[in-house]
Amino acid sequence: MDILYLLVPLSVVLVFLIAAVFLWALRSGQFDDLEGPAFKVLLDDDRPRASISKPDEPNSAPDVREDGFDLCQKKNDLGG
Amino acid sequence: MSATGGTYNYTVVRQFAVMTVIWGIVGMLVGVIVAAQFIWPDLTFGVPWLSFGRLRPLHTNAVIFAFGGSALFATSYYVVQRTCQTRLFAGGLAAFTFWGWQLVIVLAAITLPLGITTSKEYAELEWPIDVLITFVWVAYAIVFFGTLWKRKTPHIYVANWFFGAFILTVAILHLVNSAAIPVTLWKSYSAYAGAQDAMVQWWYGHNAVGFFLTAGFLGMMYYFVPKQAGRPVYSYRLSVVHFWALIFTYMWAGPHHLHYTALPDWTQSLGMVFSLILLAPSWGGMINGIMTLSGAWYKLREDPILKFLIVSLSFYGMSTFEGPMMSVKTVNALSHYTDWTIGHVHSGALGWVGMISIGSIYYLLPRLFGQTQMYSMRLVTAHFWIATIGIVLYIAAMWIAGVTQGLMWRAVNADGTLTYTFVESTKASMPFFYIRLLGGTLYLTGMLLMAYNMMKTIAGHKAVDAPIPAAVHA
Repeated sequence: MDILYLLVPLSVVLVFLIAAVFLWALRSGQFDDLEGPAFKVLLDDDRPRASISKPDEPNSAPDVREDGFDLCQKKNDLGG
Repeated sequence: MSATGGTYNYTVVRQFAVMTVIWGIVGMLVGVIVAAQFIWPDLTFGVPWLSFGRLRPLHTNAVIFAFGGSALFATSYYVVQRTCQTRLFAGGLAAFTFWGWQLVIVLAAITLPLGITTSKEYAELEWPIDVLITFVWVAYAIVFFGTLWKRKTPHIYVANWFFGAFILTVAILHLVNSAAIPVTLWKSYSAYAGAQDAMVQWWYGHNAVGFFLTAGFLGMMYYFVPKQAGRPVYSYRLSVVHFWALIFTYMWAGPHHLHYTALPDWTQSLGMVFSLILLAPSWGGMINGIMTLSGAWYKLREDPILKFLIVSLSFYGMSTFEGPMMSVKTVNALSHYTDWTIGHVHSGALGWVGMISIGSIYYLLPRLFGQTQMYSMRLVTAHFWIATIGIVLYIAAMWIAGVTQGLMWRAVNADGTLTYTFVESTKASMPFFYIRLLGGTLYLTGMLLMAYNMMKTIAGHKAVDAPIPAAVHA
């Protein structure tokens, strides 16, 4: 099984690489906030602009809008 | 236009999204044909280009790399732009990945029926196409990581970690496994021989399942499930832990494809142990995705897109339990080489990969063409039920056929001779081959509904590139 002389070192190198990326992520603060990012994705309203004035769209209107996040979008529209 | 001006690059997302549906139909149609060949072996009138041995790799390549690949390109390009709030890096290169990938698919569709193959499963394409794949993949990595690099948000959303790991790992797998010495333009020999080659092949093969068919689609899941449900992912912390656990432990599951072969025994056992370990991170992702709906289960009743996404996760949970179980050597002694394996693959492929892609594309299409929703949500609902029934028929038929075959092959008479001939086990499997064909046909029918729905959604509407919002969340 000479092939293991390729595959095992490759795995070892990869594990060190992954560990390096992990440490970078740790030190650059990627794990500092493990709650907020989940909400930030929802704040990004990616529905076409035509639908923004009609909050009662049946399909996939995120219910976060009802929690007041709608205001962010409105403000953004006015500023634009 | 918002304050920042500029728009997202939706062009390449649109192209890949539309091709996902088209290649899905092509790949699944070939699947239905090969399933029918089990029942009517002379279905293609003995034309060698359409024989089972040549169509089968065409089916696997078309559904994995054409359908699944296009879905991954479309969703990763969309997600990385939206979550980084920046336009795709190097638009020209992104266009190259689209046309390059389509060329790879067309070349595969020509060479495989011609019998031009390396005969390595899921890596059948000959070396000139492998070189083209390498160029496309490097371009993909540049576009994806370039976009991450110029992101406007400090945090990298977890979906991008999954997409990133998928892109990098697939690059390494492809380079190592496809290493070959060309003899002519369309013939090469693997750089490895015998059991060594088998080991590399399944190191590639299973990691392709892990990173192409799992990590990439988990990236999809972590974006589209929360977005469609309108709720944050159940535990963001768990998603991060789940990611690193999966990445650190995946690499050595491959040998479970080679139980009881010339591979050294300890390597087989190692593969089995790593496969069992994988249950934990896999279920971490499954639970995290499904629990995102906790407190809002009613949404599942009304929203067919959410049905696709959540049911895909149940199939993910099922097949990631079944997989480690089948990697146990004693179970494998029964299941190996039987149709149980085919059933297992399709619970992952039709259930997990197919349904999460279909749900995500249904989410994307209206947004890419300035619509509020698909042309007909009732057709989406119909698609969901047709597809689900199709999968259940398919998997259940293959389970029964597989266990029947395994038991018949190992049955021994008192004098030590085999109880059954091979053809007797084939005869016993025939009813289930019919059910499998029915299940596959249903799944294909669902895709045809999707194509009609997509055409109607797109027709008469202009493609819309969404503006990049000013830094709202800063």
